[in-house]
Amino acid sequence: MKKMRAGMALELSGISKTFGVTCALRNVGFSVPVGEVHAIIGENGAGKSTLMKILSGAYRADAGRIRIEGRECVIDSPAAGRVHGIAMIYQELTLVPHLTVAENMTLGMESTRYGFIRRCDRSINEALGLLGHAGLSCDTKVGSLTIGIQQIVEIARALVSNARIIIMDEPTSSLSSDDTRVLFNVIRRLKSAGISIIYISHFLEEVMEVADSYTVLRDGESAGTGKIAGTDISKIIKMMTGRTLNEMFPHVEHKTGDVLLKVTGLTGANVPRGISFELHRGEILGIAGLIGAGRSETLRGIFGLDKSQEGWIAVSGRSGLSACRMRPWLALKMGVDYLSENRKEEGLAEGMSVASNVTMSSLNRFAGLSGYGILRKGRERTVVQEWIRKMNIRCEDSTQRVSSLSGGNQQKVAVARMLEMGRDIVLLDEPTRGIDVGSKVDIYKLIGNLAAEGKGVIFVSSYLPELLGICDTVGVMHRGVMSAVRPVSEWTEHDIMMTAMSGSTRV
Amino acid sequence: MKIKFRELFSALGPFLGLFLVYTIFFVCAPESFRTLYNTKTFLTQAVIVGIGALGMTLVIISAGIDLSVGSLIALGTVITGLVLRQWGNISGTEMWLPCVAALGAVLVCAFCGFLNGIMISCFRIVPFIVTLGMMQIARGTAKGLAGQTTVNCGTNWLNSLMVVEPRMNVWYSAAPGVWIMIVLACVMFIVLRYTVFGRYVFATGSNEATARLCGIRVGLQKVWIYTICGMFAGIASVMQFANLTLGDPTAAIGMELDIIAAVVIGGGSLSGGEGSIAGSIVGALIMAVLRNGCTLVGVPNYVQNIVIGVIIVAAVGIDRFKHNKQK
Repeated sequence: MKKMRAGMALELSGISKTFGVTCALRNVGFSVPVGEVHAIIGENGAGKSTLMKILSGAYRADAGRIRIEGRECVIDSPAAGRVHGIAMIYQELTLVPHLTVAENMTLGMESTRYGFIRRCDRSINEALGLLGHAGLSCDTKVGSLTIGIQQIVEIARALVSNARIIIMDEPTSSLSSDDTRVLFNVIRRLKSAGISIIYISHFLEEVMEVADSYTVLRDGESAGTGKIAGTDISKIIKMMTGRTLNEMFPHVEHKTGDVLLKVTGLTGANVPRGISFELHRGEILGIAGLIGAGRSETLRGIFGLDKSQEGWIAVSGRSGLSACRMRPWLALKMGVDYLSENRKEEGLAEGMSVASNVTMSSLNRFAGLSGYGILRKGRERTVVQEWIRKMNIRCEDSTQRVSSLSGGNQQKVAVARMLEMGRDIVLLDEPTRGIDVGSKVDIYKLIGNLAAEGKGVIFVSSYLPELLGICDTVGVMHRGVMSAVRPVSEWTEHDIMMTAMSGSTRV
Repeated sequence: MKIKFRELFSALGPFLGLFLVYTIFFVCAPESFRTLYNTKTFLTQAVIVGIGALGMTLVIISAGIDLSVGSLIALGTVITGLVLRQWGNISGTEMWLPCVAALGAVLVCAFCGFLNGIMISCFRIVPFIVTLGMMQIARGTAKGLAGQTTVNCGTNWLNSLMVVEPRMNVWYSAAPGVWIMIVLACVMFIVLRYTVFGRYVFATGSNEATARLCGIRVGLQKVWIYTICGMFAGIASVMQFANLTLGDPTAAIGMELDIIAAVVIGGGSLSGGEGSIAGSIVGALIMAVLRNGCTLVGVPNYVQNIVIGVIIVAAVGIDRFKHNKQK
């Protein structure tokens, strides 16, 4: 056997990746010794998942070198990643709930004899034993196990496939604190078995506990790398956020007025838990927080897309309504509109034309007999063409299918629909996700204009600079609960991150 | 402009298919195929499936399915027959009693469709299961009401609805059923293309989540869609009654599949968001021409089945092929 170079399991250098005009990763490099846990830290959108997708073979890097156990490798497909001993444990588990533990662990790599599947309980039991779960029966259906145990099964599956490097993407995001303890024990056992782990998380306390070394990513660049021993949380946060606001955020003059929307005690099935706040005319209220903190769920609860357990929603000038009875069509009637973060699955009917999408909420206006008559298609076309011009949507004409537009232009179609509806209260869920910088600036300007017109805007974003750049007030959510809403001048990026991760600004 | 041409081609696809099928028989089939009378014959033969397909088009565009249509048609003939048998011997009712009977059939079928819609919207059961259940329920109800046998009733003017040529040798004289189908098709064409409801049907099928987010009351739309589908099944049942001149609880077994096939041949997509009234009518015509032509050529019945089966798969296959090319 060839001698390994200084016992390095994985070395990355000069990794770069661009998508169109956006640069997702620029010259990133780090190395992980055998049997160590290396944490990748960064804000949402810093490039963590792009990096991991490159490692697991889902994407291909534009430049850079990957060495596994000293040998240079090309990982150009998920299969190649597996061959090189890299296994990925995703946030959402990829097990088949109707198959048993044993069937899941060998899925796709069954060994057969005379065409019949051979049971290979030995390697399965070995793997489970290594993880300290030898007692788990191989014949249990995976669907009947808890999420925590399912994750152990998934890790065991990686072991059965002879993985040497296991990537864990936010492994604790859906675990209870007990299950998290169990997972940490498993990670320690893996380490002592000589397996290297790349651990992605934005729960910094966990990183401090379980990792040996770290790399901080910021805007696609490596902002720092080193040993966990001898560093502390606030140093890492500084690395994550240390940047200045630039001209990305055009400011449109606007004044805040009377209360427009009052939400009291909004509680969903899981998150949010008892959210209360007020939104004023001409106010841009930003909601910050980690993924899963309940920001989207809050907006969806207000708009009636998710069923709420409790809560009261009152729009000025109208009688209030229990949040449990809210429905999207009622919300629109009351003057609330919502832009989904999930453009593809929910925000747009991709198979339909630009025109149909823009007028979908306000279609009644284009038909005679208060909505029951014939559609005036000519008028519809004129109005849509006006929006295409105003929003600078690049398309052939208004009959083109939305699916053939670029991400930024699709988002503009979704926004145009909202503006055409012209409601006073606008809920924006990650409106700038996955679109190019130019389109982002257009959307910031639009939000400013809405506020200048005296509308109320709630702006959910995972990108702190844009929240600080365009919002008047900011509230931070942590595990379903929202902090007090304070003027943006009273927040710093550091405070927001602290609150988002621990629920208060104090460590 | 290139895309425009392709879209035009795709919209004309079913028409080309019909033209092709017609031409083949025009060349191969005996003289009798080419007569005007025979054209009227296959038009009449397309009426029941065609009218049923009008409602089914809405259902399929909204990404649903309705398997109960065949049974509803049988139930409709039984209702019509029962009403006529019950009150048919009262004199002075010859004009309007058949109207009442037909209306009754349409209302009962529409009500069954309404129940389908309620089950689908309020209890969130998939359309396939709900309408599979309704298929059995309606068939059973029809048999029960008819007392396990056919419902015979005297002659009445409903029977003339499906007479191929009411006035001999007048070129514009076709079965009233054909004219009814054409008028209904025009109405539904306008409803689907030029009303808010029609747009909502497309939106629901194209992306239900988006439709809901845009404030469309998706559940309510579905209740309407299935009610309308039931209503068209009711109208088709009156035509079926006219054909049979009696109520038959075992009529139209498997007809729902013919109707679905017509919609699919006409460009409807079972995953929703696509389909057209014109296409569905053409689909119904393609099947009618095939059956008619094959019979005249003397092709045995089993070959007809095979040919229609091939056409269904080919129509969808060509459609998929075009879609993949677009991407």
